[in-house]
Amino acid sequence: MAKLSDNFAGERLGGRGQQVFFDAADLGDAGAALTYPGAFAVDFNRHAEVDAAAMDARAVNIRIRELMADGVGAITVANPGAKHSLGVGILNRLNLAFAGSLGYFGCGLNDGPNVTVSGRVGWSFAENMMAGTAVVEKNAGSTFGAALRGGDLVCKGDAGGRTGIDMKGGTIIIGGRTGAFSGFMMQRGRLVVLGDAGKNLGDSMYDGVIYVGGKVAGLGVDCVATDMTDADVEWLARKLAIYNMDTAAAANMQKFTSGKQLWNYDNLEPAEKKLVL
Amino acid sequence: MPAEPKTPATREQEIGQHIGYRYDVNLLPDYARLTPFLKKYMEAMGWRDLNWLEDVHLGYEEGRPAVFDRNINGWVTVPAGIELPDNQQDRDMLARELLVKFQMSPKHPLVDLKKAYAKF
Repeated sequence: MAKLSDNFAGERLGGRGQQVFFDAADLGDAGAALTYPGAFAVDFNRHAEVDAAAMDARAVNIRIRELMADGVGAITVANPGAKHSLGVGILNRLNLAFAGSLGYFGCGLNDGPNVTVSGRVGWSFAENMMAGTAVVEKNAGSTFGAALRGGDLVCKGDAGGRTGIDMKGGTIIIGGRTGAFSGFMMQRGRLVVLGDAGKNLGDSMYDGVIYVGGKVAGLGVDCVATDMTDADVEWLARKLAIYNMDTAAAANMQKFTSGKQLWNYDNLEPAEKKLVL
Repeated sequence: MPAEPKTPATREQEIGQHIGYRYDVNLLPDYARLTPFLKKYMEAMGWRDLNWLEDVHLGYEEGRPAVFDRNINGWVTVPAGIELPDNQQDRDMLARELLVKFQMSPKHPLVDLKKAYAKF
């Protein structure tokens, strides 16, 4: 083991991030928390059902929160009726099942829960999800997983256009086809499409990886084909197995990454623009 | 005579800023190197893999090893007393463990923000 100071003596980076130090006293395993401060202590073995038929979205979301506060760790929402914005903003460990379909912006801003949807979902499902899993058994609308930050997002059917637009981390898996501009402005993370991908795949992607099992209608600006590695195949097979998807597909995927020709922004740009003007 | 094209290194020197990442942001985790704490965390959350932590790597801030905490949008510097493993995979596992412990700590900056601004 090398000393910390030996390893990075040559690094000279300027950054503007906040400088916050770990408190060494907090780093021991004993008593280290596994959930956010203030998160509800829930038991996955305690189950409750919410019938959403006569409730509006706000009432359903409040009820989910009340059940978590009561220690319930597995919640089934029956008759969601394609209502919008259900199951959002949950910063807790939780198993949440929707028996039916969701409307727009379902399960957005979540950080931790494991969500299943037995039906379809509308636009922007799991937008800005930070962590956790979300599995949709049927099809998904456009901007599926928009601005995803982390976690696994799975659609076992087809997804609309702009899947994973502006994603900044995490994994999106589409079992069927995905529409045009999937991975648009992607910055990080992994987008896996087992079927075909529409036009302008990975347009203006800055980083991250896209895997496609079927045909690609066309690549977007600065999206380039790259060689698959053994690590890619192994990772894909493991990930697909977790969600009971076709693991054999892992060996026959195409891989796309950023060509990095759009990496031009720097802190001199405003000054340079001023000169031009 | 046309000007010679600038190399990334020249450009970095000119602007005083590194372009891109100092580490492989797409490096896939080696699950044989999971720490006991991370296994416990995955189990508690009901996940079969590292989930969001797959995107966490050990980075560097002003020459010091650090982990990027998206919740505060800033780098969190690793304490000086901690010895670093000699390979990126083990360093990343260490970074993941440190980040989880930091985020779940009652001393995390978001705890104060929540007290001040939480709506419910």
